Amino acid sequence: MSQSTPALRLENIVKTFPGVRALDGVSLEVLPGEVHALMGENGAGKSTLMKVLGGLHQPDEGKIIVSEQPVRMASPLDAKSKGIVFIHQELSLASELTVAENIYLGELPKKRFGLVDWQKLYAQTDEILAKLKVGFNAKTRVGDLSIANQQMVEIARALTVDAKAVIFDEPTASLTDAEKVVLFDVIADLKDHGVGIIYISHRMEEIFKITDRISVLRDGSYRGTLVTAKTNEDEITQLMIGRSLDLSRNVNHNELGDVALEVKGLSCGKLYRDVSFEVRRGEVVGFYGLVGAGRTEIAETLFGLREPSAGKILLDGQETRIHSPADAISKGISLVPEDRKGQGLVLGMNCRDNMTLPQVDDLKAGPFVAEGAEVAIFDQYRDRLDIRTPGWKQTVGNLSGGNQQKIVIGKWLSMHPNVLIVDEPTRGIDVGSKSEIHNLIRELAGQGYAVIVISSEMPEVLHVSDRIVAMYSGEIIRTFTSDEVTEDNLIQAISGITPDKAA
Amino acid sequence: MEPGTLSTFLKRGAIWGFIVLQLVFFSIAGKYLSLSDTAFMDLDNMLLLLKQSAPIGIIAVGMTVIMINGNIDLSVGAIFALAAVVMLDSMTWPVFAGLGDWVIPVAWALALLTGIVLGAINGLIVWKTGVDAFIVTLGAMLGYRGLVFMYNGEQPTSHLNWTLVDFAEAQFLGLPTAAWFLLGTVAVVWFIMNRTVHGRNAYAIGDNREAAVNAGIRVGPHFLMNFMLIGFLAALSAVVFYSESGSVNPNDGQLYELWAITAVVLGGTKLTGGSGSIISTLGGVIAIQLLRKGLGHIGADTETVNLVIGLILIAVLFLDRQLNLKGKQELRV
Ligand SMILES: Nc1ncnc2c1ncn2[C@@H]1O[C@H](COP(=O)(O)OP(=O)(O)OP(=O)(O)O)[C@@H](O)[C@H]1O
Ligand SMILES: [Mg+2]
Repeated sequence: MSQSTPALRLENIVKTFPGVRALDGVSLEVLPGEVHALMGENGAGKSTLMKVLGGLHQPDEGKIIVSEQPVRMASPLDAKSKGIVFIHQELSLASELTVAENIYLGELPKKRFGLVDWQKLYAQTDEILAKLKVGFNAKTRVGDLSIANQQMVEIARALTVDAKAVIFDEPTASLTDAEKVVLFDVIADLKDHGVGIIYISHRMEEIFKITDRISVLRDGSYRGTLVTAKTNEDEITQLMIGRSLDLSRNVNHNELGDVALEVKGLSCGKLYRDVSFEVRRGEVVGFYGLVGAGRTEIAETLFGLREPSAGKILLDGQETRIHSPADAISKGISLVPEDRKGQGLVLGMNCRDNMTLPQVDDLKAGPFVAEGAEVAIFDQYRDRLDIRTPGWKQTVGNLSGGNQQKIVIGKWLSMHPNVLIVDEPTRGIDVGSKSEIHNLIRELAGQGYAVIVISSEMPEVLHVSDRIVAMYSGEIIRTFTSDEVTEDNLIQAISGITPDKAA
Repeated sequence: MEPGTLSTFLKRGAIWGFIVLQLVFFSIAGKYLSLSDTAFMDLDNMLLLLKQSAPIGIIAVGMTVIMINGNIDLSVGAIFALAAVVMLDSMTWPVFAGLGDWVIPVAWALALLTGIVLGAINGLIVWKTGVDAFIVTLGAMLGYRGLVFMYNGEQPTSHLNWTLVDFAEAQFLGLPTAAWFLLGTVAVVWFIMNRTVHGRNAYAIGDNREAAVNAGIRVGPHFLMNFMLIGFLAALSAVVFYSESGSVNPNDGQLYELWAITAVVLGGTKLTGGSGSIISTLGGVIAIQLLRKGLGHIGADTETVNLVIGLILIAVLFLDRQLNLKGKQELRV
């Protein structure tokens, strides 16, 4: 590979935030036409390194070299003009504007007098959208799109300029399998055109599928670069967290208790129909299906966010109606939502207050909030979930994506619910903490909680569930016990292929 | 129909529906309660209404831009007064004595320039210090008003120029001058917000500032331009109004900022920025003026009028919220 000059090089980048040394002399080299993975635990500094490259942060020390020229990325616009395109980890879209305006945000095509050249804008956008094979058009309002489609809008931005390097920061976190295929095609295409690609992901199977080399960060420092074809999961994990992980399938079943939650013939308009299932104490039930299969909507109904149009919900054998989230919480149901930024966190608040938000009422000492008790809860779950933050005073918006997710999980765990529903619990979470969270879910079930896990990741549902409910287009196709289930019959069930009754 | 179209339509159309409702109500109620015997929907009455809407209306158009951009400007009433003082007073300055009626465009230009400069000061402070626009313009409101008082104490500043009065009282194609200024402002600013890169960026910044920054949009200069625009419009409003009246009290224009914001909000612009429409703001302005006139027509006093407007504002925001919640439930793709 030494014959080609690198598309870009980062040398000894140092970046500190108050109380955090986020990057401690990190170097990275990306060749043209290479897909270079950047891996590391939550909070290792991946996004920060990319923000330095993308002109969003100025490094304290170190050099950025693009096409052999040392450069300074003064601003995001500057970085873009130097050929660096950054697809952000968190959606970075203006929801009231159209798809076209978002794709060309900051660089709308101009006519004379500063007028927008709408014709050109829509024509160019249509061209890009055709390549991405998406089901919406240039004039759709972004706020009307699903999260997955919004992610596709972000990805479309990579195709707008003549890029030297494109950074994808966890682009697949909310994509369906079909959309992933499209994304990988896009990446292959960019690669063929000699674009260097930096690809951040916690998903091993993707890393092995599309990347050429892997660089690993740990606690803000550079740990080494591996050639994908010559390495394995274990070696990467070793570099990332300094130990190996046991990722084998869960086998030990818990003692099952009474039925904690039973749902009979539940329907909600067009979203899902005639859904029946039960969850016992001590049991983990996984809900698997494509994005849009109706799983999240069922969870939202159980949490009082949606009104069912038919059917019954029974808690501990008693029929109940759940009027609101507050009602759900008082009846012992907790939901860890799918969209942490929009639904799970108050980004401007500190870590402790976010974690104890649903229970401040119960933590009172006289008329005042009992700060000591709050800190105690925070400390307990920080240790348990290994949340990386300089302290409880840190604003949640400043945490790395994965650590934000852990705060949300900690928040609901600290409520000691009877029925815990987790929607995509490990989206954006590194392998180490992922297995930590999986263990935690098993452990909670072991303590007698009834747990529902909604996930689009097959290894995850297979790993944590005692039973798996397969959904397709708003209906339950089949419920598997962990003995019956195989990857094949699960895939069949969720793609709407009628299951072989005899099997 | 694309998803979201219905709720958008309802929201856009709502203010005009409200206006029609008022017209019908006051016409009918007027028959029984009115003290005068002219019909409420009399053409002259409606033209007068448009003219009376102009001062607040022109400012409200600017306020819409500021609020779409995610800011607020509380200093517009003070800018309005200061621009008026500059216009009326400059016509008496000895340096311009030889100009005759040519002093009019000079005085106008000075007044408009005052507005632009004051707006630019607000914009620069917001840009360079990063202090919230609410605080900055609150300070500016007090400061600029102070300048008005320093100018002439408690005394009104007066100067009547009959050419100017004739111009202000003229009608062109049946519409009074002030109404033309209002409609012209609406048209031009609508064009800026919907057709120019600056306008679209202003929407993007108000909608998701972080996304805009990430995309390389320079937020500060856009803020500055919009504050200069609203400063200009506040001054334009003063120019239109005082050309006719010829006398400004140091307290004039007080609460204009709040009336402008009320009109903007009635027109459906989000307080948090990112969404709003100039045309709907015009609707909001007309609706308020109609309400004032209508309630006056059926014999209510000013206090009652303010109370009713306040209640309606809250009701509108509540309805808007309900509508939005519905939209979220049903319309996600
Ligand atoms: N603006 C900021 N202010 C303070 N600290 C910050 C800021 N941005 C990042 N950090 C800290 O820097 C460290 C690195 O964060 P970064 O977002 O780069 O992690 P990451 O590797 O992308 O993690 P993840 O996999 O969870 O996305 C974290 O400890 C984070 O809390
Ligand atoms: Mg990150």
